[in-house]
Amino acid sequence: MGVSSKLGNLGVVTTTLDQAINWARTGAMWPLLFGLACCAIEYMSTQASSYDMSRFGMELNRATPRQADLLIVSGRVTRKMAPVVRQLYDQMAAPKWVISMGDCASCGGIYNNYAIVQGVDEIVPVDVYIAGCPPRPEQLMHGVLTLHQKVHGETILDWAAEAPRA
Amino acid sequence: MAVVETPTGAPEAYRWEGNIEELRGLVSERAFTGETMLLNMGPHHPSTHGVLRVLLELDGEQIVNAVPDVGFLHTGIEKTIESKTYEKGVTATDRMDYLSPLSNNMAFCLAVEKLVDLDVPPRAQLIRVICLELQRIASHMVWLGTHAIDLGAMSVLLYAFREREKVLDMLEMLSGQRMMGSYFRPGGVWRDITSDFKPTLVKFLGEFPRAVQDYQRLLEKNPIWVDRTQGVGVIEPERALAWGMTGPALRGSGVNWDLRKSMPYSGYEQFTFNVPLGEHGDVYDRFMCRILELWESMKILHQALERLEDRGPFRSDNRKFVPPPRSELGQSMEAVIHHFKLWTAGFDAPDEEVFAAVESPRGEIGCYLHGTGGNMPRRVHFKTPSFMHISSLPLLTQGHFIADLVAIIGSVDIVLGDCDR
Repeated sequence: MGVSSKLGNLGVVTTTLDQAINWARTGAMWPLLFGLACCAIEYMSTQASSYDMSRFGMELNRATPRQADLLIVSGRVTRKMAPVVRQLYDQMAAPKWVISMGDCASCGGIYNNYAIVQGVDEIVPVDVYIAGCPPRPEQLMHGVLTLHQKVHGETILDWAAEAPRA
Repeated sequence: MAVVETPTGAPEAYRWEGNIEELRGLVSERAFTGETMLLNMGPHHPSTHGVLRVLLELDGEQIVNAVPDVGFLHTGIEKTIESKTYEKGVTATDRMDYLSPLSNNMAFCLAVEKLVDLDVPPRAQLIRVICLELQRIASHMVWLGTHAIDLGAMSVLLYAFREREKVLDMLEMLSGQRMMGSYFRPGGVWRDITSDFKPTLVKFLGEFPRAVQDYQRLLEKNPIWVDRTQGVGVIEPERALAWGMTGPALRGSGVNWDLRKSMPYSGYEQFTFNVPLGEHGDVYDRFMCRILELWESMKILHQALERLEDRGPFRSDNRKFVPPPRSELGQSMEAVIHHFKLWTAGFDAPDEEVFAAVESPRGEIGCYLHGTGGNMPRRVHFKTPSFMHISSLPLLTQGHFIADLVAIIGSVDIVLGDCDR
């Protein structure tokens, strides 16, 4: 009853630790259940039946930032909301990533006025920006896959080198 | 003593600098002695339908006081429109009530048309009615899905969004955008319906009744659903009126007030449909009102589809307010001038005040518009239903359990973009 009998003729796979970890991280990247404005509705559409984001291991939205890996800033961030967004980001456990969904979150969009933060990157570091007002579900999925590509390029040392962030 | 302590070691920026004394008057005196508990719900909470924050005063599980805190999505849309010409202002109105952008477009366009005295051809009005009813269906689908998921019925969301995608596909055919189409413009609609729109609508109207029947079967007599919703969040008709509630939230209390019937706009008076009314004014009746509205919307769509001709005027031909079609630009110098004027400076509107209101899926959206004589408004104000409904939350939730708060928030169908603007 050794390893060989369990594996049969399947053989042995060798890989690097980085690749194995990144495979796991991109295979089940749990987003924070967090919606701000119009983009949140498209985010819901992406989760729902027609687009079905669970194909990318993302069907599980966590309502608590402690269990989430990915913050999707879906909508305009107002000056009143900005501290809340930052606090949610700080509460997430590393490794964590941020997608800025839509024009408003990325650069203020059509609202260049007193109320709106001109881009969520003023308050949290952003990994992927998605254009559109609001972006189509396909665009959001493309953004998520772009993030997955980026994660595949990371090594665990990148995160280890950083000071504890959460 | 009151228990408001910041955890030690929290970063300086998050330390609560307020004083419990600030809450005096908002919560009862029992909170100051520590007899009741203060709990913060939101702005990051999956069941507040956006970024609503509610300060709850709890006696055990029961709500003594619920103090809504809005403004987390205040976007300054009214101020933004003040620096836009009338045609460009339509784009900003889309993003207020983002579940029914076309109702906002409609309120704004009606106000502009009233201000400059612009007529809309009957066929354009018909297209508008079709779009508004489709939008009502799409909005109610999101409401149904989220309301059900809040109360634990997860699968309804997946069904509801399946139907919603069909509606969004149709709106995309017309305007090129799924949600924020800005399809209505002062004087009519942006462009004519596409050739594949009518067949798709016919197909949709064939499929949709079955879907609604499914939703009704899933929830209407479901014992858990009935237990969670009947007798919860009751509001009497007088109080509902006094608190400015509109739409299905008001009709759930049995008040027969629907702007499509009582102050018809865009040719709604030519359609035969009923206004579903509730009796008890609880969460269940508001739910049933919206479900029955889906059937009424289908009735309107059937009638409109019969009358809709394949080709015809889709916007006014008053060239001072509505740009000329592309085909004229190559032949007519006047058309080029009009086109240039409208797309650079826009049109002027008199220094007068107007108010126009429409029945959106959640209630009355009113648009107050004050012109300057120039090409931009002096002041735009929207009277939105979600704001009224949120302000009635303390009334609706008193004495209920925390779990019922979620049901009540879902039943008045708030959209925070609509409330905060």
